[in-house]
Amino acid sequence: MALQLRRKTHESIVYIDKDSAPRIMPNGEDFILEDIPIGTRVIYPNPPIKGLPNREAAIRYAVNHPLEMDPLYALLEPGMRVTIAMDDISLPLPPMATPDMRQTMLEVVLDMCGANGVDDIHLIVANSLHRKMTDWEMRRMVGNEIFNEYHPDRFYNHDAEDDDNLVTLGHTKHNEPLRVNKRAIESDLLIYLNINLVPMDGGHKSVAVGLCDYESLRAHHEPQTIRDSHSYMDPPASELNHKVIRLGHLVDEQCKVFHIETALNNKMFPEGYYILTRNEDEFSFGDRMKWEAMKRTFSNLPRAARRKLLHAIPAQYELIGCFAGKTEPVHERILELNYRQYEIPVKGQCDIMITGIPDISPYNVYSALNPLLVQVMALGYHFNMYRNMPLLRKGGVMIITHPCFDEFDHNFHPSYIEFFHRLLPESRDAFYLREKYEREFASNPAYVEMYRRGNAYHGAHPFFMWYWGENGRQHVGKVIAAGAENAHVPEILGWDRADNLTEAIAMARSFMGRNAEITMLHQPVIGLCNVTE
Amino acid sequence: MKKNGKAAAFYDLEGTLVSTNLVHTLGFYARRQQGLWQTAKKSVGTLAKLPFFGITDLYSRNVFNEVFFRSYEGFSQDRLRYFSDELFEEVLKPAIYDGTPELIAQGKKIGQRQVVLTGALDFTIERMMEHLGIDDYVANRLEFVNGYATGRVLPPVMASATKAKWIREYSERESINLSESYAYSDSISDLPMLSIVGHPVAVNPDFRLKQTARQHDWAVLDLK
Repeated sequence: MALQLRRKTHESIVYIDKDSAPRIMPNGEDFILEDIPIGTRVIYPNPPIKGLPNREAAIRYAVNHPLEMDPLYALLEPGMRVTIAMDDISLPLPPMATPDMRQTMLEVVLDMCGANGVDDIHLIVANSLHRKMTDWEMRRMVGNEIFNEYHPDRFYNHDAEDDDNLVTLGHTKHNEPLRVNKRAIESDLLIYLNINLVPMDGGHKSVAVGLCDYESLRAHHEPQTIRDSHSYMDPPASELNHKVIRLGHLVDEQCKVFHIETALNNKMFPEGYYILTRNEDEFSFGDRMKWEAMKRTFSNLPRAARRKLLHAIPAQYELIGCFAGKTEPVHERILELNYRQYEIPVKGQCDIMITGIPDISPYNVYSALNPLLVQVMALGYHFNMYRNMPLLRKGGVMIITHPCFDEFDHNFHPSYIEFFHRLLPESRDAFYLREKYEREFASNPAYVEMYRRGNAYHGAHPFFMWYWGENGRQHVGKVIAAGAENAHVPEILGWDRADNLTEAIAMARSFMGRNAEITMLHQPVIGLCNVTE
Repeated sequence: MKKNGKAAAFYDLEGTLVSTNLVHTLGFYARRQQGLWQTAKKSVGTLAKLPFFGITDLYSRNVFNEVFFRSYEGFSQDRLRYFSDELFEEVLKPAIYDGTPELIAQGKKIGQRQVVLTGALDFTIERMMEHLGIDDYVANRLEFVNGYATGRVLPPVMASATKAKWIREYSERESINLSESYAYSDSISDLPMLSIVGHPVAVNPDFRLKQTARQHDWAVLDLK
């Protein structure tokens, strides 16, 4: 490895030498301690930016001083029809400590609506084809008072299969169709409350994706668009983002949208769990004791209990910025904050990338990270946490740590089971699967009803999850699942398996050569590598 | 059964698409006997037999059917038919689950033939089949002699394996592709019918069926 690479280039980048401590890595619902080869570059997340002292005041200031629009109070008139749409359970991750950011935004906005004589208000969760949120989750998100006043008649989930409550807006100049929630689009004012956890969130995606139907979504959630998106986290380089912007313009032509976006810091864990994000070389005696205690507790619990425990720990996110007004300028300002929090300048790609897969993803809140979601986290998210160029060199090896258990949540992910066990053994070709089976799953009456009446992801959702890994799949030479407890899950996904990380690194080196440069993404928090030559 | 035929959706009725069961129908007719004495006698008799019906159903659906339909012995055919419209309006229509029309509409949208197989009596469900837009249905038929029910059911008695057998024959006759077809039921007694299609779905399932569905990764749906 070149000596210049060994120099400390950023506070979030550490090189392993012969005195380095082993590193803590997530391994599903567990954490493991692993010795990493000397010379490995370990990338930690940036420390959290200090949160704003009074988030309610910040939100109030933003809606009173919006970008390229009149202040919210000036847009409100007595008797008008207002819809307030908001992000669903997939944001932020994990769900944040109460009061949720959406509750604070709603309190400010509803207060203003009330003061201006607006009482025809509907609150809609923009869940798109995600699972509908449960009543308990909705209550937790907006607080008791708002929930009791609006639920169920005026606070509900979007239903992408409810033909009576969807309206066609037309097509973009590239022939992408858009059909969206009727109530939202036919309102005199649509207010969108967003939590921008990562740069691929927010902007035009909020309305044009969050409130659309299956046919609209399949126009851009498809393999070629994903292949052409060179990091979802870098909007100008993302074909997906370009398509969504075109759809967003269609929305803007027919509806007045007042966007409120918030950016959070990356304070994912409460104080006691901070050791998970810190450089292990700097652990104090107390930190080591904490780790030992945590490790012992976790290793003595069954998997379901560990999952329950992890899902019960709310994130401690703090607001670092709020902007309101017209979608594009607002989103631009929020992206700047996102990058300030997450971006880590990284010099040079690597040949072998190691990343632990934690039990956190947008799609398994309060349920298991099934094999398809492990794939999404590895090739869809962790691979895409870059700007400019991928952290992993083309044809390189990605090593993940996860047990890869064959477990699915029957209520949340019913169609995933059929996709994984029936379709993937037949083909892993995303284009073939889309052509042959996507519509079949999307129109499966049982899946449609489970989405509409229950809390299941839409029948077509597992396809989108598979496409989501498409650019990663095209780029990497090999994926090795270290610590996979069975052989068939990695095999179905087209991956190799290894008993442990040491074996996986040896396998990767035999593929990439002994001098292969290794980089480890220290999970589980969000860091975005700005990779340059 | 044809490999490249069209698909169908086969539904059980009671507990699957509607919340009522055979006893509700019997109770309805028991309350509409000729004269107060007959009405009281039949109603009390039906009530008294409930635990017995429950036990026999747990033991075997076939035994239950044999025992249950004896309760119709002596009912006049005219009276049974005359009250069938009222039965639909008062008992069956309100009992249709909220999700039932949506599920059927979704099946029709993708071109599936909609077929109901039920242990209920044919004349009691005619109106409901029409109301739900069901293409074909098969139900149990009472034997009548001189206009009065004998309490026997004409074969084949629709229950358990008989439903599966009927589906196979129907599919052969109508060029239905079973691999592409769906079956919906709430009860473990319909396991044979669920097992012969490509897409079995447990609807509002009882405990045993729910466990079975989970083990086999079948979809579990709540239409209530």
